[in-house]
Amino acid sequence: MKLTLHVWRQKNRDDKGHMEIYEAPHVSPEMSFLEMLDVVNEDLTLKGKDPIHFDHDCREGICGMCSMVINGIAHGSQPGTTVCQLHMRHFKDGDHVYIEPWRSRAFPIIKDLVVDRSALDRIIAAGGFVSVNTGGTPDGNALPIPKDNAERAMDAAACIGCGACVAACPNASAMLFVSAKVAHLAYLPQGQVERERRVTAMIAQMDAEQFGACTNHYECEAVCPKSISVDNIAKLNREYARALKTRDYKIAGGGL
Amino acid sequence: MQLNAKIPSGPLAEKWDKHITELKLVNPANKRKYSIIVVGSGLAGASAAASLAELGYQVKCFCFQDSPRRAHSIAAQGGINASKNYQNDGDSIYRLFYDTIKGGDFRSREANVYRLAQVSGSIIDQCVAQGVPFAREYGGLLANRSFGGAQVSRTFYARGQTGQQLLLGAYQALARQIGLGAVQMYNRTEMVDLVVVDGHAKGIVVRDLVTGKISSHAADAVVLGTGGYANVFFLSTNAKGCNVTANYRAYKRGALFANPCFTQIHPTCIPVHGEYQSKLTLMSESLRNDGRVWVPKAKGDKRNPGQIPESERDYYLERKYPSYGNLAPRDISSRAAKEVCDEGRGIGETGLGVYLDFSDSIKRLGKSKIEERYGNLFEMYEKITADNPYETPMHIYPAPHYTMGGLWVDYNLMSNIPGLHIIGEANFSDHGANRLGASALMQGLADGYFVLPYTIGDYLATSAKTKVTADNPAFKQAEEAVTTKTKKLLAVNGKRTVDSFHRELGLLMWENCGMARNDASLKTALKRIPEIREEFWKNVTVLGSNEEYNMSLEKAGRVADFLEFAELMCTDALDRDESCGGHFRTEHQTAEGEAERNDADYAHVSCWEFTGDGKKPNFIKEALNFETVHLQTRSYK
Repeated sequence: MKLTLHVWRQKNRDDKGHMEIYEAPHVSPEMSFLEMLDVVNEDLTLKGKDPIHFDHDCREGICGMCSMVINGIAHGSQPGTTVCQLHMRHFKDGDHVYIEPWRSRAFPIIKDLVVDRSALDRIIAAGGFVSVNTGGTPDGNALPIPKDNAERAMDAAACIGCGACVAACPNASAMLFVSAKVAHLAYLPQGQVERERRVTAMIAQMDAEQFGACTNHYECEAVCPKSISVDNIAKLNREYARALKTRDYKIAGGGL
Repeated sequence: MQLNAKIPSGPLAEKWDKHITELKLVNPANKRKYSIIVVGSGLAGASAAASLAELGYQVKCFCFQDSPRRAHSIAAQGGINASKNYQNDGDSIYRLFYDTIKGGDFRSREANVYRLAQVSGSIIDQCVAQGVPFAREYGGLLANRSFGGAQVSRTFYARGQTGQQLLLGAYQALARQIGLGAVQMYNRTEMVDLVVVDGHAKGIVVRDLVTGKISSHAADAVVLGTGGYANVFFLSTNAKGCNVTANYRAYKRGALFANPCFTQIHPTCIPVHGEYQSKLTLMSESLRNDGRVWVPKAKGDKRNPGQIPESERDYYLERKYPSYGNLAPRDISSRAAKEVCDEGRGIGETGLGVYLDFSDSIKRLGKSKIEERYGNLFEMYEKITADNPYETPMHIYPAPHYTMGGLWVDYNLMSNIPGLHIIGEANFSDHGANRLGASALMQGLADGYFVLPYTIGDYLATSAKTKVTADNPAFKQAEEAVTTKTKKLLAVNGKRTVDSFHRELGLLMWENCGMARNDASLKTALKRIPEIREEFWKNVTVLGSNEEYNMSLEKAGRVADFLEFAELMCTDALDRDESCGGHFRTEHQTAEGEAERNDADYAHVSCWEFTGDGKKPNFIKEALNFETVHLQTRSYK
């Protein structure tokens, strides 16, 4: 099939950016979306034009690196799917495809479709962990965890940190991402000790990074490639309320 | 050069404990005076960087991705081994050790492998304490499953996302140290050279991938946890960014490369489907716990699998290896698949595929049980192929996956360059000629959490006397060499893309140094590689400049290294005139097509020393001494 691509091109952070049109004349249905872009890029390179820059790595839907808005939807039209796992069989001959980067104040554009998502790392560094040093830990079976809790923790832990939730949210909120980590650790006994400090510190950092707040649009869940549930946001809100109520936690960024 | 592996004396089971007590310590108050560079943030790199920072060292960690959480360890699916014997099925440290040695076809170092088995239990405890949501039984205790090459259930898992969860555990430990200011993290930064001063590794030169800025970082020790080089085949299960550059440039600075020809072909991948294909996708080996592998008995039988009756199917793994069946080790399963396809019994349009069939298990256990065990893998398969594996068998074929070769290290995980330590897949030491499933995660974390933090202190306490700063002329020289090379790449201005060279090299390697090799094929590759390399430097096109985010330039540097490294790999494969593990020389096979090892001549580690561009590297041998196990022919029948 033959597609027409409308792609956001932006040389660097300071450039204004604009849409450009490219033809993708030989697209086969088995190709992944990124493979289709590879072919377009080969062609651009041979013509002496700068290839389209985009983030990608594992191409197995797990590393969370790929990130683009396709026809207005983060990661494209298929639910529960990263761009690297989106296949061209979901497009039709003659389609016009609009490709844009994640848009959010907290994710500055580096080049074309590549954005800087280090804000998410800083939120984790603020408290998204269990403070345990290497060695001297108890036997893994010393603390039984009900299967249901382990499963719920795993459901939340499946977040790949791609940032699609932010890109899809009208408020550019990172609540789904933050809630996934908070819920993952809140469901496990290992996460209890720092439960209150964790949620307050992560939320403080989230605000400092200028992500918006959640106003229940559920766009995040709709685009999440791992189908992370908005139930986690409810959990996050409960955890936060609980933390503010139970003890007087100073809201502080940085490591705990 | 005389190699000293520094294996402690005494009985195998006591070596590590004895060694720990003999290692020199750095006083806690002095640790902050030492700086350590960790390159790579996968399971090995992140766990090492976090653990070293916890101990009090000043740590700088570098990764080329946008976040340390993206390292390719994240893609590992199936599980991590540990000899906990929670299932009461007879597992023990010795049994895990023995399975690993045997799985590696007796080409790994006994002492290292035993230590790996010893610390495996602590890894699980560590990860549980970090909040890794391992699968649990209803009683709340940890669940296990089996992997290839083992007859016990010792594999711990977190659905089909074990690597992801273990990496997130290590990443979170690392993030905590970053937040505390104990680790300085450099994202989107690639190591482009190693700096050696007075024979000791004293730092690295890096390129900021966003700005192109070349800069130097000095330290008292350098640790490489930079993964494997399976992307030399272009198509592999590795992430697109995986490369040999850091390791290869360390090799050019004097580090020995050990067993580069030992690559693993994983039997359970989705087959190649088109010329534009950019990578191969692995379906977890754990699927073979419940999936049965088969092909039609008759050649050219193109009926739908459902129409082929039981009597006309060949469950070749169960037939040939009755005691291990579908869980035969990877090298053996891969070769068996190649064999049936070579006979003309392969399935699918290309004939390069076999069925992995779940219908029996679905009948026996019910669809929901299978969904619970492998649901996400089935979904992934369906996304890629548009086939529903609950209804029709999966198509699978072997693909390059893991590399057992790597930089040479001694028992302390230190290379022959003092101060340069290599951990995880980047070193050569633990898997011999074939790695068993669920043991890469184990090795990465063992090295990072429980070995390196002990052994690196010994180097720092005894040898890291002179402080070197980044204004040392050695750094300037290295920076200039990098800049010159970059300019050269940008100036070629030819007519072929970087990827087209990588594809050509990859295909050549797959055909001549892939699942099967022989004298003739290796000589063909050795003749062709320098020709491709020559064309590359005359005809590649790399647009743009160094001073910007330049994807093509990044790739070009890596492919240039693959083009040199491929030659080393074939040189090693040619030299090792025997079959063992993943290194199958067609000249050396039994009447039944099994690999035929030659212990009299090749029970050694083949190490290669760089002697100059275009010159044959020096061969240095480390004899493998088996004090405890007896070398025997591997049998999984």
